[in-house]
Amino acid sequence: MKHLLSVDDLDVDTIQEIFSTAADMHDVQSRSVKKLPALRGRTVVNMFFEDSTRTRSSFEIAGKWLSADVINISAKGSSASKGESLRDTVLTVCAMGVDGLVIRHPASGAAQQVSEWVDASVVNAGDGMHEHPTQALLDAYTLQRQLGSLEGRHVAIIGDLTHSRVFRSNIQCLTKLGARVTAVAPPTLMPSGVTSWSASAGFETSYDIDEVLPHADAVMMLRVQRERMSGGFFPSAREYTVGYGLTKDRLAVLGPDVPICHPGPMNRGLEIAADAADAAQSLILDQVSAGLAVRMAVLYHLLAGEESSA
Amino acid sequence: MSEAPTDETPDGSVRTVLDARDVSRALTRIAHELLERNRDVSDLVLLGLHTRGVPLARRIAERITAVEGVPVAVGELDVTMYRDDLRKQPTRRAHRTDIPAGGIDDRVVVLVDDVLFSGRTIRAALDALADLGRPSAVRLAVLVDRGHRELPIRADHVGKNLPSARSERVSVRVAEVDGIDEVTIS
Repeated sequence: MKHLLSVDDLDVDTIQEIFSTAADMHDVQSRSVKKLPALRGRTVVNMFFEDSTRTRSSFEIAGKWLSADVINISAKGSSASKGESLRDTVLTVCAMGVDGLVIRHPASGAAQQVSEWVDASVVNAGDGMHEHPTQALLDAYTLQRQLGSLEGRHVAIIGDLTHSRVFRSNIQCLTKLGARVTAVAPPTLMPSGVTSWSASAGFETSYDIDEVLPHADAVMMLRVQRERMSGGFFPSAREYTVGYGLTKDRLAVLGPDVPICHPGPMNRGLEIAADAADAAQSLILDQVSAGLAVRMAVLYHLLAGEESSA
Repeated sequence: MSEAPTDETPDGSVRTVLDARDVSRALTRIAHELLERNRDVSDLVLLGLHTRGVPLARRIAERITAVEGVPVAVGELDVTMYRDDLRKQPTRRAHRTDIPAGGIDDRVVVLVDDVLFSGRTIRAALDALADLGRPSAVRLAVLVDRGHRELPIRADHVGKNLPSARSERVSVRVAEVDGIDEVTIS
């Protein structure tokens, strides 16, 4: 594995291998010395052309715990804000001898494009509305840990699907691991042609959250991405909550053991009520710690082995 | 360390150096040596090194328990992340590290491995231990010491000293992993 650009590039064995490494990495978080020497002498650059808290800090900590040198570059405060092209910025950084490049960019396909320009291993940390593979891996890892196996389990993904790269990656990852996925969104936020996205027989769409929730083994709420919305996708926030939010009433419909995920950041009170976000069955903070473990595993798989095999 | 039982050198000679009974005797002796050196069994932590050190550590612990009547702390240690040859090979699969409750601080840690060869695995294990705590002492028990050390490391407890040529292949098989207990040289 040289790059991680899309979940589509991963077969089930590779995904499970990453999960098994992640499980080992998970234990590191509870140690007093949170450091492994596996990537000593390697340099990882986090290039974030879009705002991020958890993904960036999680990649930064993951790299540091594996003893890599980690540098963060964000669009604000870098030469990109002076008008430098993506290609020039990336080539400049790579000329400094970088081994791994973690990139987030508002343009779909940016990571793929960058991987064609550089020798370093490229990790896609979110490209526009396209993919966010490490988020999908950590979501599946979290659910697999909780449910034992995803084979035959029913996951409901609910929210702003049109603008969600997490959804696009998750649908591939979850169905590869044998889960049935039902995508729930208002018609305006359901991507057109979505039914063709997964060949798996278990993939369905629905406009009615109340029909889906009673049958779900796990619920994944996605954020309403107002910053990507140019027009009116729903009349009002209140109306969205009534139609598609995980409210207190809907929480009562879910069994007490049905895990609730949200990739964050949450709009509390909009797509998810505080009662649901803070419920005992909420895995939202587990997702964060799992994210660290999974990103450590990804960096390890990309950067630890011999170069020629990469 | 191990090869499939049918694996043979070009000249075809595979010699069994230890059979199941020899392995059993060696482990029993190591267990007794550990008891003699460490009066207080509650201080001991046996850590098996992946892959075949893990079942060997369990068996030594069972034997100590059988003699003393008290359980001995036993765990497993994976040193993949600490190896000095990570870059020279395709990405290696990591395994679990499982440190028994109570940790290793101020206790006597006994590393258990199947074969002692270059000593590089043990070097990695010592580094891993330093990140996990501060044992009062670290000892090394191996089923086979085949020589050819590349680092200043020696074993405290050896099941069998096996002088070998560098080109020879020493294979340890244990029942839990390979279905049979034996040590062969080829």
